[in-house]
Amino acid sequence: MARIIIPTPLRKFTSNQAKFETEGKTVSEAILALTTSYGNLKQHLVDDEGKLRSFVRVYLGDEDINVLQKEATPIEKDSIISIIPAIAGGIA
Amino acid sequence: MEKLSFSKEELERYSRHLIIPEFNIEGQKKLKAAKVLVVGSGGLGSPLLLYLTAAGVGTIGIVDFDVVDSSNLQRQVLFGEENVGEAKVDAAKKRLSALNPHIKIITYNTHLNSQNALDIIKDYDVVADGTDNFPTRYLVNDACVLLDKVNVYASIFRFEGQASVFNQLQEDGTRGPNYRDLFPSPPPPGLVPSCAEGGVIGVLPGILGSIQANEVIKVISGVGETLSGRLFLFDAASFETRTLKVQKSPTNPLNGENPSQTELIDYQQFCGVGIEEDVALSENVVKPISVEAFLELKQSGEDYQLIDVREAFEFEIAEMGGELIPLATIAQNADRISKDKKVIIHCKAGKRSADAIKTLQSTYGFTNLYNLEGGILAWAEKADNARARY
Repeated sequence: MARIIIPTPLRKFTSNQAKFETEGKTVSEAILALTTSYGNLKQHLVDDEGKLRSFVRVYLGDEDINVLQKEATPIEKDSIISIIPAIAGGIA
Repeated sequence: MEKLSFSKEELERYSRHLIIPEFNIEGQKKLKAAKVLVVGSGGLGSPLLLYLTAAGVGTIGIVDFDVVDSSNLQRQVLFGEENVGEAKVDAAKKRLSALNPHIKIITYNTHLNSQNALDIIKDYDVVADGTDNFPTRYLVNDACVLLDKVNVYASIFRFEGQASVFNQLQEDGTRGPNYRDLFPSPPPPGLVPSCAEGGVIGVLPGILGSIQANEVIKVISGVGETLSGRLFLFDAASFETRTLKVQKSPTNPLNGENPSQTELIDYQQFCGVGIEEDVALSENVVKPISVEAFLELKQSGEDYQLIDVREAFEFEIAEMGGELIPLATIAQNADRISKDKKVIIHCKAGKRSADAIKTLQSTYGFTNLYNLEGGILAWAEKADNARARY
């Protein structure tokens, strides 16, 4: 199963889980599975139309999905999807 | 560059650089000629400044408005117990001058802001961003792009760190990606952890700040391949590292296909509370109560309830007699909160308790809630010196 790596600032919405395994076939399906499991996470990742928010970067391997096929980017069983958060500092 | 020479003491001091074949005395000359501005002399700034000074960067500027606090010493290894209460830039300059007398240290005991940033940064070749908040991150980035300076970036949160090199001149004459290519806009304030929700493991800024110092040295010397166009991620808890590609965005407002921003903006506003939330706020007003007024209430004999919405681990550090209901569980515990008497709600500094009150007012119709201004920190400061301020 493909794996999504959850960054630290979002783990408060995933019961502190750092990883999420998904059967999804595209980035969009994977994100949907994640936000279905963790409802409170949804508003921080996608807008009402299910599009990724502008302050969230999603990577497949080491590539930004924006240079691939965006949310429609197909994923493989061994894919690693990274959600990259903007972090400012430890004292924020 | 040719005119630069080294004294016998300097040659001996830098000998471990000079004997690296691809670095050698030419690399050392470049360091000596270089001017690097370090923004923030805290967790990241400490190792950055120590290593850049030790390495022989000729001119180092330090921007920081803060004074050394005892809670800094867990990670800010530039400072010691004797510096508590002293301006960070002054303490830093003393320490660094003692470490290497051949370096010129210039200090700016001020907030970097839209009014002074261009003026301060213009005299430097490279900027290393060791700040701790989004407005200053965007400010440093934008100023560097507008002035054609390289911005060596690192950021930390709990066990997680990021590093990159922004706006570096590439072989084709263009500049590499910058912070706005990676993060076009900051996350909304609700997502940004506040006060004690943040935290950082003390060694992590040591690791990331050292990586930053190494990138600064590579940018200056031209040796090796920098993190330009790449984002390095490090999770100190799982010990996983990833290096991702950063692409230039055609919609970057500074240097994309249709640049719309030619000067610095109001970064507090850019990163601050959105209009939507302002409207919500005006309809859902949080009533404040000062520490002094709360003391009077306690002494008056009037019945009241005190609720603490911090986390259990914070309660362990310091508490003031409130019932512990962490913010995340406030809704499910609404029935534990009185609707009859005055209810004072506090957190560490007042932000989370205000959020709790907004939730309770909008969803459960409470009208008797008061937010303790400044939280337990203000309480410890004004009313109870025995409480630890953390």
